[in-house]
Amino acid sequence: MGQIMEQMPIVVDALNVGFLQTLKLFFVTLIGAFPLGLVIAFGSMSRFRPLSYLSKFVVWIIRGTPLMIQLLIIYYFPGLVLHNPIWGGGEAGRFLAASVSFILNYACYFSEIYRGGIQGVPVGQEEAGLVLGMTRSQIFFKITLLQMIKRIVPPMSNEIITLVKDTSLARIIALQEIIWAGQAFMKGSHGISGAIWPLFFTAVYYLIFNGILTMLLGRLERKLDYFR
Amino acid sequence: MAILEAEHICKSFSRTEALKDISFSLEKGQALSIIGSSGSGKTTLLRCLNFLETPDKGVIRVNNEVLFDAEDPSTRQESAIRKKRLHFGLVFQSFNLFPQYTALKNVMLARELLASEQADYKARKKEIQEEIRAEAESLLMKMGLSNRKDNYPHQLSGGQCQRVAIARALALKPDILCFDEPTSALDPELTGEVLKVIRELADDNTTMVIVTHEMAFARDVADHVIFMDDGSIVEQGDPIQVFEHPAEERTRQFLSKVTI
Ligand SMILES: Nc1ncnc2c1ncn2[C@@H]1O[C@H](COP(=O)(O)OP(=O)(O)OP(=O)(O)O)[C@@H](O)[C@H]1O
Ligand SMILES: [Mg+2]
Repeated sequence: MGQIMEQMPIVVDALNVGFLQTLKLFFVTLIGAFPLGLVIAFGSMSRFRPLSYLSKFVVWIIRGTPLMIQLLIIYYFPGLVLHNPIWGGGEAGRFLAASVSFILNYACYFSEIYRGGIQGVPVGQEEAGLVLGMTRSQIFFKITLLQMIKRIVPPMSNEIITLVKDTSLARIIALQEIIWAGQAFMKGSHGISGAIWPLFFTAVYYLIFNGILTMLLGRLERKLDYFR
Repeated sequence: MAILEAEHICKSFSRTEALKDISFSLEKGQALSIIGSSGSGKTTLLRCLNFLETPDKGVIRVNNEVLFDAEDPSTRQESAIRKKRLHFGLVFQSFNLFPQYTALKNVMLARELLASEQADYKARKKEIQEEIRAEAESLLMKMGLSNRKDNYPHQLSGGQCQRVAIARALALKPDILCFDEPTSALDPELTGEVLKVIRELADDNTTMVIVTHEMAFARDVADHVIFMDDGSIVEQGDPIQVFEHPAEERTRQFLSKVTI
């Protein structure tokens, strides 16, 4: 115990650095996947058959395979098979590859949530707007959009919480996120070796961050509780 | 002079002929009731009048202006249709109120959006909005809902929701107000309050087309009754004639099945 207290400041410093990378991957994924998911959702709802089949096919592939495998393929395939290492070396290259994998993966999950939200608004809402002489864009912005958001927030919250934990998968391509940082103390790092507790301790970071997110998302959900 | 004339309206869905050559007219200030069994095409007819469906054939005229002519593609343009819709109001069976807005805002919204397209809107914004609000409030008062104007739809009973929906349709001052079974989604004890306001509208000489399964109501309120079956008008006339002395066997059969 005393030893842990001694090691604590060093470990926390290293874990903070790792967690910063975790957060970076988390936010970059959200920023990319929110709009890309919408594009895929509109694609899969398109009346243009080839587009909707293509969108559905991509969603099927991405949701049907583990994110870990997608990470490995996206990171290693260009360099090892095509002999064209597009990601470049080092941490920046790994981060880029991880970001692309996560954005693509999460966009597919988000697209299904968007689709449910859009199709969940009864057609009667649009028809009521039309009959009242509203334009399509007035109907979208004044009537259906908020109802979609209300439907989307709860399932989206689940995905966002899952994403926080999924970022740890990027460890598989040696992205230096918090798990990587914790694990380093087993082999030896910052003069500490053979210590497994830092790895366990990373759980605290996830817990606290998810606690904050749960609170914020719950607040948003309650904000939209004023109507049904 | 007829305010509304529909001529030879036909509408098919992939497998069903929902409307087969429907023609009728309606005088200003009169109430027309459309009765008929399920699937006879009543809703489809109202939806055609409100441009929610496009008829395959036929002409629709309001005040002698051709709003729709299946032969004339220029009458089908989305931008033109939007303005033409304003001749009609439609009250849905399932209300379709906007859940995120209060009763009052539900009534005001469409007027506000229309007003915001006016040229002088920016200059007279306050004044225009006050005017719209005052009219909306007086409509809700007429519907007996003054004390409910700040409630959201989920806080209202079905009967109250439907009365808000009626006020919302009236706010745009349509020439012809259409009702599609306005009480069918309501508990029996709530139908009375909705029928009462429609009756008051009839007394004020509001031009209305009312699809209903409430036969007693149709007979009392309507100036003219149309009985539809299988996409066609089987019989039409004044209520006494259609209800008391139906000329057609199919009308007799239908009336004997429904209780008045
Ligand atoms: N969008 C649609 N697609 C295919 N068929 C339709 C559609 N709308 C209506 N129909 C068909 O058209 C016919 C007339 O339907 P409509 O809803 O107009 O009848 P209705 O007289 O209003 O019946 P109800 O009293 O049950 O409301 C029915 O056979 C119906 O199945
Ligand atoms: Mg119907």
